[in-house]
Amino acid sequence: MKNNNNKIEKKLRREAFSKNWKLFKQSRLGMVGLYIVFFFFILTILQPILFITGFWNEAVYHPVVGYDDLTSDFIVVDCPKEYPTEKYQSRTDCPARNEVNIKTLFYNTAEVGDTIELNLQPAPPSRRHILGTDSLGRDVFSQIMEGSQVAFLLGILSATLGVGISTLLGTIAAFYGGRIDAYLMRQSDLVLMLPTLPLLFIISAFAELKIWHLAVVLGTIGGLGGSVITIKSQALQVKVKPFVDSARITGGSNMKILFSHVLPNVAPLALLFMVFSVTGAIASESVLSFLGLLNIEMSWGLMIYLAQVEGFIFSGMKYWWLILPAGLSVTFLTGGFYLVGRGLDEVFNPRLRKR
Amino acid sequence: MTKILEVKNLEKHFEVSKGIFSRNKTIVKAVDGISFEILKGESLGLVGQSGCGKTTTARALSLLDPKTSGTILFNDSNDNSMINIDDLDEEGMKNFRRNIQMIFQDPYESLNPRWTIKDIILEPLNIHNIGSTEDREEAVKEILQTVGITPPENYLPRYPHELSGGQRQRVSIARTLIMKPRFLICDEPTSMLDVSIRISIMDLMMKLADDLDVSYLYITHDLAVARYMCNNIAVMFNGKLVEIAPTEELLQNPIHPYTKRLISSIPIPDPTYTRENYEIDFTELRSIKAANQDSSMIDLGNKHLLSTNEFEGLLY
Repeated sequence: MKNNNNKIEKKLRREAFSKNWKLFKQSRLGMVGLYIVFFFFILTILQPILFITGFWNEAVYHPVVGYDDLTSDFIVVDCPKEYPTEKYQSRTDCPARNEVNIKTLFYNTAEVGDTIELNLQPAPPSRRHILGTDSLGRDVFSQIMEGSQVAFLLGILSATLGVGISTLLGTIAAFYGGRIDAYLMRQSDLVLMLPTLPLLFIISAFAELKIWHLAVVLGTIGGLGGSVITIKSQALQVKVKPFVDSARITGGSNMKILFSHVLPNVAPLALLFMVFSVTGAIASESVLSFLGLLNIEMSWGLMIYLAQVEGFIFSGMKYWWLILPAGLSVTFLTGGFYLVGRGLDEVFNPRLRKR
Repeated sequence: MTKILEVKNLEKHFEVSKGIFSRNKTIVKAVDGISFEILKGESLGLVGQSGCGKTTTARALSLLDPKTSGTILFNDSNDNSMINIDDLDEEGMKNFRRNIQMIFQDPYESLNPRWTIKDIILEPLNIHNIGSTEDREEAVKEILQTVGITPPENYLPRYPHELSGGQRQRVSIARTLIMKPRFLICDEPTSMLDVSIRISIMDLMMKLADDLDVSYLYITHDLAVARYMCNNIAVMFNGKLVEIAPTEELLQNPIHPYTKRLISSIPIPDPTYTRENYEIDFTELRSIKAANQDSSMIDLGNKHLLSTNEFEGLLY
């Protein structure tokens, strides 16, 4: 009998999941988002696998300390003083690909027209390095993978923390009302009013920000802010439902009602908030490391930061592999999480569903 | 006959402030001094128009909202005496909560959508920690049989949205009955159901009242339902009681103009019938009042009580 019950329970759970999955699949944007997130998730777990299986040598492919001694043949040319000439349209065209300006060769005795062998850094994409190397000879693709690990860790950690805080505070505010409610609402108004990025600048000036610290700070700011208000409004709706009243008549304590009735009914909205706040966390991490304010070994923002301090950022057409992969990764992963959130919204919010 | 519940001068007032800075508050008297009693195994129908304070009365009786003043006396199962629920200690309050339950109007909202039927019906047992796990499960199956959901095993792991409206109302009746309460407050339990299911739910409740010796306070705005279900009917208007009488006595021989108006508004399913439009007429009431000036409720005999509250300006 018990076995049979378990079976029915399992079947019903599977049915509920497949029903929700069907609803989610209906939203095309949500599916696109899910594919994007899944792609980056594969990148995240692929790097350690490549290192452990020995497919990638850590000395060459390590995102931070790897170095590849790529060399290539260059023709020595003398760049003219005035443009345009026959060969070059403007100053930025000289030296062209596979050419080197003789004035930049300090310790070489080569002459104009010679072919010499030089280190190739940053190296363009090749079979050995799918996305090329940066100016220190490190593999960009490996850095992208490392960056996606950082993004997932930070995004999910800070979102979980933030949503945990805001769900608890929101339901408490709705449930107890009165002064607790007033205090929590004013507090979240205050946090909403604080500009997040300047605040993070100040924090990073006085304290060392590592990825864990940043996750806690972002989670706390997100958790005390606007989501408390939204979750409170949802909890207020649940609080006046007759099933809460009947639990109260039976003699259920406040805590019991809060945890068994109100919280589970607020959970879908909280999950939605979690997915959306992952987006915010990844974006602010990129901004902070682009500004060089994070103590972090490698991330997407840091890759663009390095391209900028080494002077490649204005030669985006020529050195696109230093800027585009990292920039697109940030854009696509945040966009992917946002789209997943939209898809979940359609599952949890019956009014958005197509009939 | 012993009384199960006696209410004396129950009042429930709400304060409505007119703004953050204004000091003066308006007081809305939702329930304004009502008194009634319910005998063991009998049921009282509370009828009246929307907003007259029926549900507020029910919520005050079930201690959902604190009452403003008045006394509620409840029959003590141990020594058959009436105890004031204000005087109850923690243990007594627990006992009281075991004996009073409420069925709500909306079967779609009164069951937690995230719980299975089993969890929903088990909840009161879990809160009061009665019996072992196996006993509780047996009790759930038994009560589901009693309310006519068979076979219970098929329904235990389901969620409320998989059931129809009538089945849900049966589940919420099962949930209230699992503690074997002695007094049930029914807040329009059949008004959201369609007519064919309505009668079966009412029959079920009457059968259970006989079998389990439960008394009802049955709130409704439908006099036909009250006539079918209740031994006595109390008519409420504007937070006050108008008239209490045994069902047939009230319907055959109404005295108060408001009761008369209410009865004349019952629809009769006959297309050729033209309704008698009852004109409000206070002459009879005034003459009775003039004869009994000292009491607040006039006893007309035959358990027929009539209120002396002034409604003359309010009815039209």
